[in-house]
Amino acid sequence: MVITVRNPVGSVLYLILSLLAQSVLYVQLGGLFVAAFLVLVYGGAILVLFLFVIMLLNIRHSDMGPDNAPMIKSFAWIFGIVLLAETVWVAMSAKARLSLVAEDFGSVPEVARLLYGKFVFPFELTSILLLAAIIGAVIMAKRTLS
Amino acid sequence: MTVPLDYYIILSAFLFVVGVIGVVISRNLIVMFMSVEIMLNAANLAMMAFSRYLKNMDGHVFVFLVMAVAAAEAAVGLAIIIAVFKNRETVNADALNLMKW
Repeated sequence: MVITVRNPVGSVLYLILSLLAQSVLYVQLGGLFVAAFLVLVYGGAILVLFLFVIMLLNIRHSDMGPDNAPMIKSFAWIFGIVLLAETVWVAMSAKARLSLVAEDFGSVPEVARLLYGKFVFPFELTSILLLAAIIGAVIMAKRTLS
Repeated sequence: MTVPLDYYIILSAFLFVVGVIGVVISRNLIVMFMSVEIMLNAANLAMMAFSRYLKNMDGHVFVFLVMAVAAAEAAVGLAIIIAVFKNRETVNADALNLMKW
């Protein structure tokens, strides 16, 4: 639905729905921390940003012009189906069932212990990346190209 | 009750393909961008499923880092889209042919 709706606002709303469903799947997989993080960061921050930009740009349907050539569209669908068949075939070759895990698997303290212990360097790099993204976004938004 | 790992992987593959098709067929830059987000989330779902399967929580940390990268990418990408819109008054990907050879 995200890619078939013509109105980008509807597209964002369907994306939020799919993210909520995905966070339920994460809870099923035992990742409580990641599930909460998904809803907060994606549903709460990134998609609001998308919605905000769409509202700000005030795009009308007529601006988008006619649809893509049917050749490109059919090519995309064929390509997509082939890719799907391929990946499903690979996935089917693994006959594995998920087993039960410990009670505190994926809980906040456990993930935090990993995050600040084993993965502390990537975690700090993430903060630098976010800083660079903030500066980049501000510069891009303020500068007016001639 | 346990769910086979395949189901998660197949769902993840399906989401990824939806993202790929979205990037190819849509001409709105914002919708293309959202399709990229779908692909990132598909990878995250696969990572979570494998993390559960291997009983190793490193996958959770990776998903966390991927989400941080996605947030940074969304901020910069949307800033670029706004800059493009300021200059060209459009978000139609086909109208941006400045770098076309």
